[in-house]
Amino acid sequence: MSEVALPASLEEVYAIRKREPGAAVLAGGTDLLVRMRADGKKPPVLIGLERIPGLSGIAIQDGVVRIGPMVTHQNLLDSPVIRKHLAVMHEAAQVLGSPPIRHMGTIGGNICTASPAGDLLPALYVLDAEVEISSPAKKRVVPIATFITGPGRTILTGQEILTGIRIPIPDPGYQGFYRKVGQRRALAISIVSMAALLMVSPDKTVRSARFAWGSVGPVVMRFPDVESSFAGRTFGPALLADVGRQYSERIQPISDIRASASYRKMVAAGLPLKILEQ
Amino acid sequence: MKIRCIVNGEQTDLETAPDRRVVDLLREDLGLCGTKEACGSGECGACTILVDGESRLSCLMIAAQLEGKEIVTIEGFSKEHLHPIQEAFIVHGAVQCGFCTPGMVLAAADLLKRNPAPDRHEIRRAISGNLCRCTGYQKIVDAIESLARAEEESDE
Repeated sequence: MSEVALPASLEEVYAIRKREPGAAVLAGGTDLLVRMRADGKKPPVLIGLERIPGLSGIAIQDGVVRIGPMVTHQNLLDSPVIRKHLAVMHEAAQVLGSPPIRHMGTIGGNICTASPAGDLLPALYVLDAEVEISSPAKKRVVPIATFITGPGRTILTGQEILTGIRIPIPDPGYQGFYRKVGQRRALAISIVSMAALLMVSPDKTVRSARFAWGSVGPVVMRFPDVESSFAGRTFGPALLADVGRQYSERIQPISDIRASASYRKMVAAGLPLKILEQ
Repeated sequence: MKIRCIVNGEQTDLETAPDRRVVDLLREDLGLCGTKEACGSGECGACTILVDGESRLSCLMIAAQLEGKEIVTIEGFSKEHLHPIQEAFIVHGAVQCGFCTPGMVLAAADLLKRNPAPDRHEIRRAISGNLCRCTGYQKIVDAIESLARAEEESDE
């Protein structure tokens, strides 16, 4: 049996983890509780973060959207701030899991689970999100791409805990898109997913294009050299087909139970064209 | 541990292991077997309950999380008479084996609370976390859609 603590402050979380280093941190439970049951393993203590007031909420400060790690996917969908400023995240949250999963699962959980298929992750990467990590000793802020080091792995050590997500509001000229292919629409773990931020001038010239890809490598992938090659070109199906071709050649996906590597490359080649579908 | 919460409108004191799954607590300790378990991993929606009015999966919640919360299961969804959603499921033949029905009804309740006049596409999205292995989705969508229309008409 696991003891369960629902502390009201971070200080209590630190105290419990100091006493019990094997304690597991519980956010929404949609990954952790499934994994615990599958593995038949129970940590000595489960520390639920749901009653710590400082870990929820979405606010704008100095051009940065700060999101608490216990913000649920439904909270993201309901937020006018996310819809207005971070449309790519709104789109990603729409296709994540199912309604009850979105009511329970959290952005912090999605990040710390660090699945290459995590639906919010490509959106966070393409937005250059940073995460705040807190411990009794200090607080540090690192880019999301530094935070996640591999499938299920992050740089969190010791008593550190994810306490916030910071996303610089992109230039309002950017449009955000999230597209994924899974085995079905709902509750599907992505076979390939893609977040895009595009700035296109009225004459259809691409000013800036950013793409982040999920489920095609051990972590979400961005390739700055490929991104920079699109500026100056004319936006349209021909360009998006070329985007797909270039990334399809560049990514190195694996074969797993959901799809083969070669199928993933084929899907990736077509995914940018789905930007044209509403 | 001792847990204090409201279950189907009644103040309830529970004595249970803190990490006991809520679906087990409801079915085995409280005898509320209307909440079903199928997948046990958050993929099927059979164990859907309402927690503070929002649909959640009782197989992915543990007892300690219920402290101070208001829980509604299908047994307490409507006490005296059938709820209009339940009536609509009967009228439209939206029940086959019935195993998914409690979850479907509560998912519909969550939807209609957020969006009183959903279209068929929105209804399908709203029940996308609930599997019906009889595959009777058309009639389930028909049932929920009939309430959306009723709502629209009453508004006019």
